[in-house]
Amino acid sequence: MAVTTDPSFVPTGNTTISAFEAEFAEKRQKARRAWAIGSVLFLLCFLLTSWMGDFFKVTQVTMPDGSREWRWIIPAGIPRLGEYISKTIPVLRWDSLGADFTEWFWRWKVYFKLLAETILIAYMATVLGVVGGFLLSFPASRNLAPNKWVLWITRRYLEIARTVPELVWAIIFVFCFSVGPMAGVMAIGLHATGALGKLYSEVNENIDMRPLEGVKAAGGTWFDQIRYGAVPQVMPNIISYTLLRFEINVRASSIIGYVGAGGLGQEFRTAMSFQEYTELSALFVIIFVTVMIIDYGSEKLRHKIIGMEGMRT
Amino acid sequence: MTPSQIEAAKARVPLAFQDPPAVRARKIGLRVFMTGLFVYCFWAFEITPQRIVTGLDRLGTVIGFMFPPHIWTSWEEFSEVLNGLGETLAIAFLGTVLGAVFAFPLSFLGAKNINRFTFWRQTSRRGYDVIRAFETLILALIFIRAFGLGPLAGILAITVSEIGTFAKLFSEAIENTSERPVDGVKASGGSRLQQIRYGIMPQVNPVILSILIYNFESNVRSGTILGIVGAGGIGFLLSDRIAAYKWGEAWSIIFLIIAMVYLIDWISGKIRAQLIGKSELAK
Repeated sequence: MAVTTDPSFVPTGNTTISAFEAEFAEKRQKARRAWAIGSVLFLLCFLLTSWMGDFFKVTQVTMPDGSREWRWIIPAGIPRLGEYISKTIPVLRWDSLGADFTEWFWRWKVYFKLLAETILIAYMATVLGVVGGFLLSFPASRNLAPNKWVLWITRRYLEIARTVPELVWAIIFVFCFSVGPMAGVMAIGLHATGALGKLYSEVNENIDMRPLEGVKAAGGTWFDQIRYGAVPQVMPNIISYTLLRFEINVRASSIIGYVGAGGLGQEFRTAMSFQEYTELSALFVIIFVTVMIIDYGSEKLRHKIIGMEGMRT
Repeated sequence: MTPSQIEAAKARVPLAFQDPPAVRARKIGLRVFMTGLFVYCFWAFEITPQRIVTGLDRLGTVIGFMFPPHIWTSWEEFSEVLNGLGETLAIAFLGTVLGAVFAFPLSFLGAKNINRFTFWRQTSRRGYDVIRAFETLILALIFIRAFGLGPLAGILAITVSEIGTFAKLFSEAIENTSERPVDGVKASGGSRLQQIRYGIMPQVNPVILSILIYNFESNVRSGTILGIVGAGGIGFLLSDRIAAYKWGEAWSIIFLIIAMVYLIDWISGKIRAQLIGKSELAK
């Protein structure tokens, strides 16, 4: 290279390096400034929210010597939390384990009836959500909607259905359909319709449009196109999302009884207000084990379906 | 195509037209079971046409209060609602931040490329699952006993349930990093801590930020219901208005919640796009 033999190489090299250094310093300063602004914003958010959320509240606690002192609420509350949790732990002795268990779960007949109700609510709500979400997902997908207005209305409906939490729908439906599992089914079903409709329509938007064109070319109507062109493509994904939704619905239906919409939640509320501490832990164990079993089962099933799909393609 | 051609095709490839009998029996059995269970539910839950009709009638009345929407005229009433919305956002924000603070160190225990002891890794992963299985609402009920009614119980409930979620997601993010930057730091004499700090963290940070923003959105949604049990936020006002049969105000609060969720989704979508765009430039 001619440049290397040129005596003016060293100064040009220096200018290149110094140009790089200047640019590097500028970038570095920019990054530091962005970092500082971000940190200050975050700190402001943190202070504002902790002030709104009573995070640094002080409260009076009774000292061991009986005097009252002001303490930060978090360390003051933790002993109370421990006390509360220790009260819920049942007495289980090794030599009388069976008897202790029967005492712990003495209302097991009621619990199991309510557990069955909880799972049935989740099942029925899932079926309603699948039917509603499936039917509405086609007019809610950009590539399949018959026209713009139908698309807009279905999308807004699905958004409202899934943005309002199940518990709020449950309060409204308990007022309309009276206390009982029916209100819970409708509440969770409506919420599931919104959530599933969105997921399904996303699946629909990613399909291959050629089969639909084939059906259209053979003289099929909009319904024929959906039935024979779109549905076979989206089925595996839909099954997978549905199983996932069933898990979520079981969790939802286990607490929805808190507002009177059926299931184990109502027992939770009773135990809480009657201060039946060991019953609380019994209910907790039941819900926990059920949720774990259903999660595990549906995970296995989903993997099996995904595996089958992988083999087919 | 003539019928005889179709017959010939059926004879040649029967499985293209019909499943084998065993598969068909299984499919029919599944359908019968599912329909039967659904019908049984109608009986078990006493869902009668009469109940549906009266229920829908009352629902119609309730929905009728949506129009015209209730508008708060005095500032005191409206500021109460705004305060509730702000409290919900505060619960979601602090819950997400505190959850991430606790989950971040825990997440290293569950990552395959950090924690090489399979037994401890599996134990901590099951631990995350256990924490995730707690319902936020039930946690809120427990925290109300210890910290009193108010948003603090909601914050802690979201914190605890997010620890499990974040620890799982973060540890997956740590596992999905490339080993090469780590090798580079190791080759230039970096300690294990430096390998993690300069080899793994730059790869993980954008993913963690994206997870944080996404979960903040979902916590805003779950934060709206915490008030129903008394853990602060807009849910308290909503359940109070419904209990007083002030449906007009209740619908307006619901619309404000929807508007807030939209706004948060939109803003966080922007922020996420910005951050992910930046991290791609950095690569």
